[in-house]
Amino acid sequence: MDSAVQATRDAVEALAGEKYKYGFVTDIEADTAPKGLNEDIVRFISAKKNEPEWLLDWRLKAFRHWLEMPEPQWAKVSFPPLDYQDAYYYSAPKVGKRPESLDEIDPELRKTYEKLGIPLKEQEILAGVAVDAVFDSVSVATTFKKKLEEYGVIFCSISEAIQRCPELIRKYLGSVVPYTDNKHATLNSAVFTDGSFVYVPEGVRCPMELSTYFRINAAKTGQFERTLIIADRGSYVSYLEGCTAPMRDENQLHAAVVELVALDDAEIKYSTVQNWYPGDENGKGGIYNFVTKRGACRGRNSKISWTQVETGSAITWKYPSCILQGDNSVGEFYSIAITNNYQQADTGTKMIHLGRNTRSRIISKGISAGHGAQTYRGLVRIAAKAAGARNHTQCDSLLIGDRSAAHTVPYIETRNRTAMVEHEATTSKINDDQLFYCRQRGIAEEEAVALIVNGFCREVLQQLPMEFAVEAQKLVAISLEGSVG
Amino acid sequence: MTAMAALPISTPIPAPIVTAVAGLGAPASLADGANGWRATALRRFAACGLPTRRLEAWKYTDLSSLQGIDFQPAAADLRLADDHPLPQLADQPGHRLVFADGVLQPALSACTPAAGLDVGRLADWLSAADAAAELGAAGEPSPMVALNAALASDGLRLSTAPGIAVDRPVELVFIGGLGEAATASHPRHRIELAAGSSATLIEVHAGGGDGCYLANHVGEITIGEHARLRHVIVQTEGATAYHIASRFVSVAADGRYEAFTLTASGRLTRNEVTVSLNGPGAACVLAGAYLLRDREHCDTTTIIEHRAPHTSCREVFKGVLDGASRGVFQGRIVVHRGAQKIDGHQLSKALLLSDAAEVDQKPELEIYADDVKCSHGAAAGQLDADELFYLRSRGIPEEQARRLLIEGFLVDVFDEVTDDAVRAALFAHARRWFAAPGGPQR
Repeated sequence: MDSAVQATRDAVEALAGEKYKYGFVTDIEADTAPKGLNEDIVRFISAKKNEPEWLLDWRLKAFRHWLEMPEPQWAKVSFPPLDYQDAYYYSAPKVGKRPESLDEIDPELRKTYEKLGIPLKEQEILAGVAVDAVFDSVSVATTFKKKLEEYGVIFCSISEAIQRCPELIRKYLGSVVPYTDNKHATLNSAVFTDGSFVYVPEGVRCPMELSTYFRINAAKTGQFERTLIIADRGSYVSYLEGCTAPMRDENQLHAAVVELVALDDAEIKYSTVQNWYPGDENGKGGIYNFVTKRGACRGRNSKISWTQVETGSAITWKYPSCILQGDNSVGEFYSIAITNNYQQADTGTKMIHLGRNTRSRIISKGISAGHGAQTYRGLVRIAAKAAGARNHTQCDSLLIGDRSAAHTVPYIETRNRTAMVEHEATTSKINDDQLFYCRQRGIAEEEAVALIVNGFCREVLQQLPMEFAVEAQKLVAISLEGSVG
Repeated sequence: MTAMAALPISTPIPAPIVTAVAGLGAPASLADGANGWRATALRRFAACGLPTRRLEAWKYTDLSSLQGIDFQPAAADLRLADDHPLPQLADQPGHRLVFADGVLQPALSACTPAAGLDVGRLADWLSAADAAAELGAAGEPSPMVALNAALASDGLRLSTAPGIAVDRPVELVFIGGLGEAATASHPRHRIELAAGSSATLIEVHAGGGDGCYLANHVGEITIGEHARLRHVIVQTEGATAYHIASRFVSVAADGRYEAFTLTASGRLTRNEVTVSLNGPGAACVLAGAYLLRDREHCDTTTIIEHRAPHTSCREVFKGVLDGASRGVFQGRIVVHRGAQKIDGHQLSKALLLSDAAEVDQKPELEIYADDVKCSHGAAAGQLDADELFYLRSRGIPEEQARRLLIEGFLVDVFDEVTDDAVRAALFAHARRWFAAPGGPQR
């Protein structure tokens, strides 16, 4: 913990000069489809990807459905209406053929990742993390593929998976998040360009943490990632997702869909550190992060665990959920959300208990500073047949500054008497006594706040894989820049 | 219906609007027209119709079964026998108003004049005063409130003079379902407590027959500086009764509003309370218990608005659900910008006794200030098997053991009632629920 505290302190000290350090633009020629959205664009994307007929049909069905759908209005976020026609839906960096090794990668791209703090080469050797780096919409580098292949684990871009294992895609794509789900997910179904695909075969414990870093690069490019992870019987996989985006003045839409499927005795651990560009101090610019993430615990004794650290984006609209179908299955949601300046976040989870003896745990920590506003919105539903189901929910909000806002909107529906459901929520500001204690020990106010906030988030930070925990702790401090004093 | 007749009729009402409220207790005279504010309220209701589950505030309560019933207003000359047994809570109320299917029963009511206290029926005030602006203005445009504004004819009007402590409670008794035909009433109550005054208001709602009825109450309560209102509501409505109550309470600096609601029967009950704490030191306590069985439905919706610094609120609601009943708790605490130093606590607990019972809880916090201490908790579960076993091992028969545990679960919410006699009477009501046929036997 000491080193973590030190790390936090370093981060806070570095705040004075530090702005969004990931704000830069890489200049790479893009192969871009014309601006706007219509059936031709959907066909263009599908053709570019050399997709089978059924997938094009599915995309078109989604697109036609999308046209009819209303925008979701229930979230407590406000933004001008989106102009879907004023964006590019396909942009791919021009690379001749896929590189076999890291050395073949465009040096411009390599530099970008280095600035982001993901030196691929180093990670390959030291961290044992396979990185499927997504640059704009097309996956350009996949490492450790060979080692994973030994175990029979398929980890590739979803476009590649569509070519390699179409039967798996056809069986599972849209089986957790159907194309009719919600406006943003439906748009994604119509125009998704890439994303990751993971299949862990029966009984295999994935030998390393799988990781994807998402980037938004080309101006006015909405990103529509589609991730599908399938853990077959008795398997285990831990997946990390991290995001940083270059500084932009125009709002950019990011509507990703993530589907997880866990069969009997399987476990999926999905961790996210989200640091999209949040807009400047005046609330100008920033990413709209409208993401649909859902996992289905299909099999008995299966487990899905979501951990998220949400520090970026101008607007976050995200509810990673678990459908607990299999008996004894377990769903977990650990979340830290930080809003500063004019950021807005409406985030939470859904735990749908269908099977017997299903268990879920929700821990949500929200920190709101400056003019930031955030909402925890969650649903816990115990269906009539979910005998012996258990849920424990704890959501705490911390307010820094009198212009900030924090809301809690939980829905708790219990239809089985043997269920035990508990929900607790608190909202408070940083405890003056704690602050005073730190101050009288000679700790400066900014450091003290970082210390207290990290303590407040600790339960969630502990859930992160080691590689992410340190980075996340720094992010927590950096995100609160300028909120004290 | 005297008030309705007394008002000048001016605007003709278009046929679709008349159709929209037909069957909801609208008098036949409505087709001829209504004056300004009633017409406005009518239009507002007709524009949205009965609330549906698509409205977030009505997500868990479905009123669609109301549509199949042809509700008529009760005859204005409906009179109960002088010796009609009255459900009552206070032994010696200072004042009592009795309504049968929404019609005042003068013979059963007793209002003795007292210094500094003005108690009367709303109808008198309606016909005397220009109620236009005031009556139409209450609350957000909720369909049921608009319907009440359009059709309200009578109710309680209570006001106190500054500094007066009313020692004996004012009791309101509503008896419904007396006739064969389905009746609807839309009572409206106005309660104003001047600075430094205090009073206790007891409402007793009971079924008086087998008839189906809809009681759509709206209450507007204003509590002045340093004033205090204790409000106790007992609902033992008939098995086919729909009880929908919307209360709007505004509390000035250092004022206090304490309410306790016991719901022990009724086909569908919705108690919606909006409390606005407008001045520093204003406080409110909302508490209640609901005991449901069969296909009963009880919805408790509370909205507490902290509009000034140094205000506080406390909410405790507990439910016991048997049969295929359904309990709903939606509690929202809003802390407005600039309202610092707020204390807000909310707790909702439900005990499920049967496999078919359901409880839906939505405790909500909406906070725009940083120096606040707000918390909420919600829980649902069944009787603890270990506790039951413990009692059984001491030789206590199962039925009695279960009852003890249920009472134990409920008892602390009754502690929120400050008056000993009232608390005892309320708890006796709860006990009667256990003893009733079909009580919690499993």
